[in-house]
Amino acid sequence: MKSHLLPEYIVERDYTKCTKCKVCIEQCTYGVHYYNAVKDTIESKSELCVNCLRCVVFCPKGAITIKRNYNIYRENYYWGQEIITSIKRQSEAGSAILTGMGCDKPYPIYFDRLLLNACQVTNPPIDPIREPIETRVYLGRKPHKIDLEINGGDISLKTALAPNLCVETPILFAAMSYGAVNLNVHEALARAAVECSTYFNCGEGGLHPNLYKYGDHIIVQVASGRFGVNPKYLNAGAAMEIKIGQGAKPGIGGHLPGEKVSEDIAMVRMIPAGTDVLSPAPHHDIYSIEDLRQLIFALKEATNYMKPIAVKIAAVHNSAAIASGIVRAGADIIVIDGFRGSTGAAPKVIRDNVGIPIELALASVDQRLREEGIRDEVSIIASGGIRSSADVVKAIALGADAVYIGTAALVAMGCTLCQRCYTGKCPWGIATVNPEIAKRLDPNDAYKRVVNLIKAWNIEIKEMLGAMGMDSIESLRGNREQLRGVGLTERELQILGVKMAGE
Amino acid sequence: MCATSEHIKNVIIKDGKAVINAEGLHYQQLNMLLRKLSVRGVKTIEIYNVYGQRYIGTGLKGTLDIKVHGIPGNDLGAFMNGQRIFVYGNAQDGCGNTMDDGLIVVYGSVGDIAGYAMRGGKIFVRDDAGFRVGVHMKEYGDKKPVIVIGGKTGDFLGEYMAGGMILVLNLKGEEHVMKFIGVGMHGGVIYIRGEARHIGKEAKIADINEDDLHLIEKLLKEFSEQFNPNMDLGKIMESKFTKIVPLSHRPYGKLYG
Repeated sequence: MKSHLLPEYIVERDYTKCTKCKVCIEQCTYGVHYYNAVKDTIESKSELCVNCLRCVVFCPKGAITIKRNYNIYRENYYWGQEIITSIKRQSEAGSAILTGMGCDKPYPIYFDRLLLNACQVTNPPIDPIREPIETRVYLGRKPHKIDLEINGGDISLKTALAPNLCVETPILFAAMSYGAVNLNVHEALARAAVECSTYFNCGEGGLHPNLYKYGDHIIVQVASGRFGVNPKYLNAGAAMEIKIGQGAKPGIGGHLPGEKVSEDIAMVRMIPAGTDVLSPAPHHDIYSIEDLRQLIFALKEATNYMKPIAVKIAAVHNSAAIASGIVRAGADIIVIDGFRGSTGAAPKVIRDNVGIPIELALASVDQRLREEGIRDEVSIIASGGIRSSADVVKAIALGADAVYIGTAALVAMGCTLCQRCYTGKCPWGIATVNPEIAKRLDPNDAYKRVVNLIKAWNIEIKEMLGAMGMDSIESLRGNREQLRGVGLTERELQILGVKMAGE
Repeated sequence: MCATSEHIKNVIIKDGKAVINAEGLHYQQLNMLLRKLSVRGVKTIEIYNVYGQRYIGTGLKGTLDIKVHGIPGNDLGAFMNGQRIFVYGNAQDGCGNTMDDGLIVVYGSVGDIAGYAMRGGKIFVRDDAGFRVGVHMKEYGDKKPVIVIGGKTGDFLGEYMAGGMILVLNLKGEEHVMKFIGVGMHGGVIYIRGEARHIGKEAKIADINEDDLHLIEKLLKEFSEQFNPNMDLGKIMESKFTKIVPLSHRPYGKLYG
């Protein structure tokens, strides 16, 4: 069948600059560039290009330019290029279209319609350079009240506190499984978590033995397939996270194709090499909030009640009611993952059409838990599409205790959002387990980049807090008075719980 | 809800063996007691008056035999890593959930999802089992979990099975009515004494060979040692066994493009 698909991008080479050094050929994992011995020149197959820009960055002479192909099928407002291309692809392959990363469709971005407050005249701002501003957060269940025992001058705490995680910055690294990304990525994130006094979530594919030493800064995940889950793993981390759903693909399970299951990944996941890894959407022991409670307490029993348990759900229509149930089921932390959250592989139709924005889900969950008087029993981590320190601050003002970042950390390492993670050929050495490609990502370099990003964001967070006259991030949590909306409807403002700018 | 000194009165320790009266104990109290006893080096614990306490056998270390008299609750032996549990009664749902290693012997029946995501050790059930026995069971290297059911099981036997072995003996000789055997299966093997009438679309029936029969006989011997040394093994081995294996290790290889 002749393919009707047109190249998305056109590779242009400036032959006055090209020295035929072949770096582009070595760097491209999609086989775009090749040497034509007859003509003694390097040529390119544009139809294979995904615009990851690896060759552009690494060409020593700056000879390559990637351009969007303007030869596109005739489109109109309703029948856009992507729709036409998808139909043509499916008519040729007969299969669901797979994609990577998060939803890229032009749904409203509420973070960009929220603005922060600052002090003027009547209340003094704080200068973060001069004065300490606290960004430490404790994540986990808090007691409703504390009882103290006072013996003369000695005061001691009588109330038994639930185990909490302590982070020095309200930014944690979101779950990315070993298999979806490689060991270099895991190592970089784990070391960055140690350096920044935060946590790295190892995802649902188990934890490589080399990383157990960073366990104090690792959250271990338990998903429906229970890959790599054994008592040693559960006890290795500082906390456990039950994955119910993921923002990029709510209601859809994980699926690591057999070709990505190398010997090492098979060992960590505890399955034979080369088999499909199926982590279906439902946990087969969870059909209700009561069942969720059963798994939460099974994990607590397995770790002697020493570690907090997080439950991660995708942001969906009834997140608030579900979140209430999760608190009542005994979870210590709720993770809400918005529809912009990324994935290594998801059906495109799900990624782009299922779930709701994190801003709305977060605001409604926080509101609901406050109304029910159980907000202090749980910490909330907002996840899915946090792009900047401003998003972090706005998420916290909407009700989060902390946020997870995934994509932002990967972009810091080198990711260019080409959305081909599912191919396992990531030219930047991130979403690949091919040892030859994975070695492109130097964990030392990647770790430094991620640490720098967190340091930079933390400075900015302190600047914003100082401007609002706050010396502690905890004063901002759920403090929606610090937010104002622009370009939002009455109903949107109501759900976000913020006033219109000018009010 | 910690096990306090007042719960110690529920325990009698003699010659390295402990006896617990579980009447009125919350599961957290009972399991805390088990953990404390196992740390103290007790090797055998008999628990009487068990009325639905969950997670018995979870979070323990070292070798330990637990004898449960009564009816343990859900998730018996969940995440268990090497201990042995003998249940003189029926077990409920999630028996051996994500079990890593060890042995569970049930002198009765078990509920749904017995051996969910089990990756090592053995479960022997004298009578029947509920739905989804061995769902997500997996193996790696030498570590191969085994489930033997003396009677029948519910539907979705070996669902998403990725490794290990399930043997259903159907000793009462009734007709198997279970459906969707091995649906989503992509590893491991299921043996059923008698016919398998309804196989999931990711599984197939394979020919039984000498090695299979040898394996079945070995497990049958272990089963009879646990439950009834007088079983006529020769007669049982004369029956027809059906072997069910996955069609492919890559059941969803062509779903996405």
